[in-house]
Order: sequence, then C-alpha cells, then structure tokens
Amino acid sequence: MSSASSTTSGAAKPASTRAKPANKWEAAADWTDGRLGIYSLAKANLRKIFPDHWSFMLGEICLYSFIIIILTGVYLTLFFKPSMGEVIYNGSYVPLKGISMSEAYASTLDISFEVRGGLLIRQIHHWAALVFVAAMLVHMMRVFFTGAFRKPREVNWVFGFLLLVLGMFDGFFGYSLPDDLLSGTGIRFMEGAILAVPLVGTYMQMFLYGGEFPGHDIIPRFFTIHVLLVPGIMLGLLVAHLILVFYHKHTQWAGPGKTEKNVVGMPLMPVYMAKAGGFFFLVFGLIAAISAIASINPIWAYGPYRPDQVSTDAQPDWYMGFSEGLIRVMPGWEISLWGHTLNLGVFVPLMIFPLVLVAIAVYPFIEGWITGDKREHHILDRPRNAPVRTALGAAWISLYLVLLIGGGNDLFATHLHLSINSITYFVRVGFFVVPVITFIVTKRWCLGLQRRDKEKVLHGRETGVIKRLPHGEFVEVHAQLPQKDLFKLTAHEQVQPVELPAQTDENGVARKAGVLTRTRAKLSRGFYGEGAQIPKPTAEEHHEITSGHGHH
Amino acid sequence: MSHDMSEEKLPEPHGSHGEVADHGNPFADPGLPAHEPRRTDIDERAAKRAERQVSLMFVISMIATIGFIASYVGIDPDKIVYIFPLGHVSALNFALGLTLGVALFMIGAGAVHWARTLMSDVELPAERHPIEADDEVRADVINQFKTGAAESGFGRRKMIRNTLIGSMALVPLSGVVLLRDLGPLPEKKLQETGWKAATPVKPLQLLNMNTGQPMKAEDVVIGSLTFAMPEDLSTHDEDFQQRIAKDALMLVRIAPEDIKDEESKEKGFEGILAYSKICTHVGCPISLYEQQTHHALCPCHQSTFDLADGARVIFGPAGHPLPQLKITTDEKGFLVAKGDFDEPVGPSFWERAR
Repeated sequence: MSSASSTTSGAAKPASTRAKPANKWEAAADWTDGRLGIYSLAKANLRKIFPDHWSFMLGEICLYSFIIIILTGVYLTLFFKPSMGEVIYNGSYVPLKGISMSEAYASTLDISFEVRGGLLIRQIHHWAALVFVAAMLVHMMRVFFTGAFRKPREVNWVFGFLLLVLGMFDGFFGYSLPDDLLSGTGIRFMEGAILAVPLVGTYMQMFLYGGEFPGHDIIPRFFTIHVLLVPGIMLGLLVAHLILVFYHKHTQWAGPGKTEKNVVGMPLMPVYMAKAGGFFFLVFGLIAAISAIASINPIWAYGPYRPDQVSTDAQPDWYMGFSEGLIRVMPGWEISLWGHTLNLGVFVPLMIFPLVLVAIAVYPFIEGWITGDKREHHILDRPRNAPVRTALGAAWISLYLVLLIGGGNDLFATHLHLSINSITYFVRVGFFVVPVITFIVTKRWCLGLQRRDKEKVLHGRETGVIKRLPHGEFVEVHAQLPQKDLFKLTAHEQVQPVELPAQTDENGVARKAGVLTRTRAKLSRGFYGEGAQIPKPTAEEHHEITSGHGHH
Repeated sequence: MSHDMSEEKLPEPHGSHGEVADHGNPFADPGLPAHEPRRTDIDERAAKRAERQVSLMFVISMIATIGFIASYVGIDPDKIVYIFPLGHVSALNFALGLTLGVALFMIGAGAVHWARTLMSDVELPAERHPIEADDEVRADVINQFKTGAAESGFGRRKMIRNTLIGSMALVPLSGVVLLRDLGPLPEKKLQETGWKAATPVKPLQLLNMNTGQPMKAEDVVIGSLTFAMPEDLSTHDEDFQQRIAKDALMLVRIAPEDIKDEESKEKGFEGILAYSKICTHVGCPISLYEQQTHHALCPCHQSTFDLADGARVIFGPAGHPLPQLKITTDEKGFLVAKGDFDEPVGPSFWERAR
C-alpha cells in the first residue's frame, strides 16, 4: 500500500499513494475505503441502473413493511410480557377489571390503554403485517406472470417463496401472542392439527406445548419463535434476496433500445435513492394513517382466552384464510383401525396446505425442464405471450380464492344471507372445478389478446377516419403503428415444442423414449404447441399487406 | 423469427409515423428514443416552483412531527372523541397516528416529487454481463478445488474421511436429545379427563359454569343449554385452563321421546344429556345450540352435531360424535357423574382407540 518515499532527511512519513483529499468528507471516505473498501463497492452500485415500471415497486412494499414491522415490533417487546402466569386485571379498561387473565393478555391491554401511543404502534405492527404478506403475494404474482423467475433468477424465486411462507407463519405466531379469546382459539386449532399427524402427533403436541393444551409454555415459546427465530431467518433470506436482485440486475419490459444484454433506466443515485427512499416514507405514512383511523384486532373486545369459550366469526388473519378454507370444507373422514385413529378430516388439509404453496414454488424448475431453455432471460414476458403459464397462475389464484371463500364461509353466509351448507358444498366442488374453468378461460383470453396484437401489427391501428371509395364503399383508414410499437409487439420469442427423439437409432434399432422424455414432449406440446400460442406476424406477412393497397 | 428474413427491400410504410431504421425488417429495434425534456428541464420558473413544492412538503412534515409531540403530551389517553364517519375513537391514537402518518408521508411525497421533477430523467443503458463465468475461470476454479482437495488428502485418507463423517453425523444428536425435556410423554394424558376422579362411591357433582353451584334435575328445563364443570375445579386453580380444556360439559334437556339414540338416553338422566363441549374436530368449544332441532354448531368450523341422536355429526368437518358423560343424581338430587367419559374428548389423535 504505502511506498517508502525518499531516504533523504528527517521524519520521512510512510506516505499513501492516494492523492490528497479535497475536503474533510473525501478524507472521511478515504479513511473508510482504506478499511472497508467502499469505493469498489460503490463503483458498481452508486450509479446502478434500475428500470422503471409500477409493478417493480411491489417488492419495495414488502421490504418497507418488513422494516416497519421490525421497528414497531422492537418497541412492543419493551412492554409485552410473554407469560401465561395468571393475574387479576386492574388497569384502566373498566369492562375487564377484576377478571383473571394471563400476563400476556394483561400487558397487551396495557400497551393498548396505558402506554401512550402503544395502541398506535400495535396497530401499525399488525397492519404492516397484513400489508407485508399481501405485498409478497402480489409481488410474487408479478414475478410469476412476467416470467421474471426464469434463469438466472430461479434461486431468488425460492428465497422469495420462503420469505412468503415464513412471513405467513410469523404472522400467525404474532397474532397468537396476546392470548385473547380469538388468538387462543387459533392456538387450540393448531393443537388439533398437530394431533392429527399419524404416529408422532401426540408427541409433537406434548413437546411443543410443554404438556397438555394449553399449558404455560406456548406463549413464551411462540414469543421467541416470533421475535427471534423466524425474523432472524427472514432477515438472512431478505439480504440474500436483495443481493441477488443487485447482482442479476433488474429485469425490464421489451421496448426500443432494450435488449437481453442491457438494462435501461435511471441511476440509483440520485433518482432511485429519492424515489425508493421516499417510497419507504409513503408506505410508512399510509400505514400509520390507516392505524389511526382503522382499528385492527381489538383484543379488549374479545376478552382473555378460556378453552371453554369462543366467539362466533372466529377468523384467522387473511393470509391463513386459504388453509382455514381447506380445514372447513374437508369432509370429516376418520379411519379407526387396530386401536388407532387416522384423522383424515384434519390430516388431508394439513398436507394439501403445503402442496398449494409448493406447487407455485417449484413452477420455475418445471417450466425450465419443459422448455429445456438454458439461456438467461432479462426481458419480461407479457402474460398474454405465455398463455399456459398465465392460465396456470390464474388457476392457482382461483383455487386460493375459492379456499378463501371456504375459510370465510360463516361471514359469507351471514353477510350475503346464504346457507352455510351450500357455500361449503360449493367450495368442495369448486376446489376441483373452478381452477379448470379459470385455466381454460384465461388461456383463450391470452390467445385472443395475441390475435389482437397480430392484427394491430399487420393492419395498423384504427384511426376513426372513414373514407368513401369511388364505387361507394366505406372503409375505415388504418394507420401503420410506429416502429417502436411494431418492435415491442413482436419482440417476444415463441418457444417451439420439443420433439421426441427418433424412435429408431441410425441403425434402425428401436429406441423407445423413456416416460420422462415422453411426458416432457407432451407437456411441451401443451405449453407451446398448436393451440397454445398464435404464431406472431412475420416480416413477409407484413410486407404482403403493407405493399399491396396501403391500408386495408 | 423476424431476424431470418430476406434482404429484399420493403416499401416505406404508409403510416404517418413511419420512421424506419432498418429497411429490411419492419420489426427492427429502433433503438433508445430521444429524451423528451420536462417542463422543469427547460423552464427555470417551473423548476423553482417544483423546488418550493418539495420544500413545502418537508415543512408540513416538520409541523406534523411537532403536532405528534404536542398530542403525546397534551391529550389524555382515556379521552374518547366522536369523529365522523369513524365513530367513537381514542383521541390520542387518532391524533398520534394522523400526525405521524402525515410527517412520514410528506417526506416521501417530497422526495418522490423532487426525483420526478428536478432530478435527471434521462434513461441510460447499462450493460449486462452473463452470470456464469467463462470457461477459463471455470477451469481455473475447478483446478484450484482439485488441488485443495488433493492437498487435504480427504479422498485418499479414507479413515479420516469416514471418522469425520461419523462424528459430524453424531454430534447433532446431542441437540436432539436436549429437546427431550420440552414436554412430557403423552402416555394416557389425552385418553382421560378430570372426571376420572368420579367413582360410584364418590361421585362428582356437576357445577353450573355461570353460578358455580351444583344443579338439580329440575334446574335444567327442556330446551335449555347449560355449561358445567366438575365440582373439584375452580376458576382460580393453577391448572384451570388445562382442565377446562377437557372437562367442559354442555348440558341439554330433551324430551325423552325425542331422543333417537337409546344408548345416549341411557347415559342421560330423565332426558338431561351431558356432552363434552369440546369439538371433536380441532377442539373449539361448541356453543351454538338450535333448540328446536337439537343441533349444536361449532362456531369455528361449523361442525354440526345432532344432540338428540347421540351427537352424531350431521354437517361439517368433525370426524366423530361428541363423547357423552354418563350422569345421574346423588341422594340430595344433585346431578353427578360416577365416572369418566368412556372415550377421549376433543380432537382425535393417532393413539385414540375406537
């Protein structure tokens, strides 16, 4: 680093090769760089280009609500007592005075009524959690429908998926902590679900709860899981997720000047520092305002948890609604044999729940296997240009929504004056039928949109100008699209289905393709074969039409 | 594909915007469009106005923060105000939330407005580089790894390798063993309830959950629903929560001729039937009773039981009927139980017989 300068006279200081800093800020930066190497890091990132599109903000909402949750959560731990020890409430909320309750519930009441601003922070914490999971789901849908999960981003997709699942569960652990009548019901449900696991269910239940339900351990244990274990893992995944976003550089929509080899947009400093940094405050501000005007989880209205009491309309937070739907609509099948009971009515939903999630998690790998595409993809697909993928995604969402209806069957029944039995039967059938219908409708819709794009490219847009021809016929004048639109509408590439390898080798010996190869070819035909996409217009077609009569 | 087309010249497109870069290909990439300046880029007065707007937002944020502190100090936490259309809300929560919301939002709004009006909006391209390394780097890394592996002798000295794998595989067992004391073994805990203390010699009275008093048969009228617990349980007990989670009873009285299940009638007393209140689905307390049909509904997942027919499941996800406790009366005429349920209460589990 330092070069020994001259050997001449006096106090020869070991000098740095670096030029003298212009001011004290540069000097401070030099000092830091000499220890942390910030210049090399900043070189690649300070003016890093990010493309602009509203849908790219969804991930930011996730990040910001996560930060809000951490900030408010730390504040709440200063007052919350994760204990199931019984106390007699003597706070300022009169209706509960003199009632015995757990310390967890009493301290949550104190946060709500005694600590000034405590209720606000509690409500921000809970609202931010709802926004967090919702934003993650929508962000994931954005990535799914635009094909942003393709190589090289499959691993980051999995990180994001894990964040979603962990976020859901941490939400569940979090709203279980106050030990109010509603959250205790959730913990009781969890006990029943665990007991339904064959062979080890009772052991798992005893070990998790420290004995029989409810015991005295579950709230302190959930507290540690909620504030330390899960957020710690999530923080690690989040950092990895963001590092990969920077490393891969952001995807972009097709458009003039945008290729697979570049990224077009504005620099991190100053534009995205201001926009993204500002967006954090917008999200925080909005959630704070919502927490000022909309009450969430008013635990004082539910009362303390008692295993022999329950309120009607008991509902989990929305993101657990689809699992609630599974558990509500599953028929109560139970197999009793040889002194053992297999509770399928609970165990089957318990197994389908992760399957619903995993189905979406593994999709990038399945699609990658079907296409056999090993190239990197940085230009996003318009959903219409990947009809089967879009239809599968829509089918998944429809399944999710059907299950949400099942999870809220009591609310739908009371609010829409429907029979709860009919809703349940509808969901039982809809679970199988609605995704299929959604798949078919979405796929056709996409194909229709592809046809429309083709029409626009070949025949131009309608101008609204009606022209009368010499022989009296009226025609509408179509105007050729500008070059940038022609490019944009034809920029997507169309995957061709993979062919089965020849059934005989060069010597004429039969060589049967394996089951996997055949499945793959079949799937590939389904994804990209005839009827799964509209061939995009070719230059010849365009030439033929435009060279003829000018307009058509 | 649009790229493999012939070189033949296409005629000029007829549209008004036909600026074609590549005459051979009508779909060619025209390249990045030229930057279109915003008003603030060319009009200094507009830029000044934007600057004032941004500063105004930051000033509003400062005022809101002062408002937040003032509300914190000045507003009584117990004060309730009526605000249309929210209704009666906590004045402090409302004031703190709105001032904090405005203070934060205005910082964000100012920053975004600043970026959109005053910072450069020229779109710039940056090159991408493939994520995967080129073959030279790849070969070099693999070579380094092989050198390292060879120097370690990991592959050659099999005894070291195998014992290392063995020790690494065993050491997590300590962690697993440490988890043993998380809880007791299930044993018979889930098979029995607090009612097991009741014997024919020393029966347990059924206490009314609301009054805490024992009940006589005439206290339970036809069509009523009463919740009960064993007399040896008190709400102040250390293990009350744990016991009531299994011992809670639901008493109904049905005209004997309406009871369809003979065994159920047998276990009851003059039409008074004592069912477990804990749902056999996942353990919610069943609390909705439809008097005319004798149906009991669990509000959690809507399992519905016909209490006149041995609590048979007639709808919903529950897998088996509610267990019924055999009751009778003691010499003073109070309702008592002389034994435990004859099957486990609550959600079913693997070791549950029957």
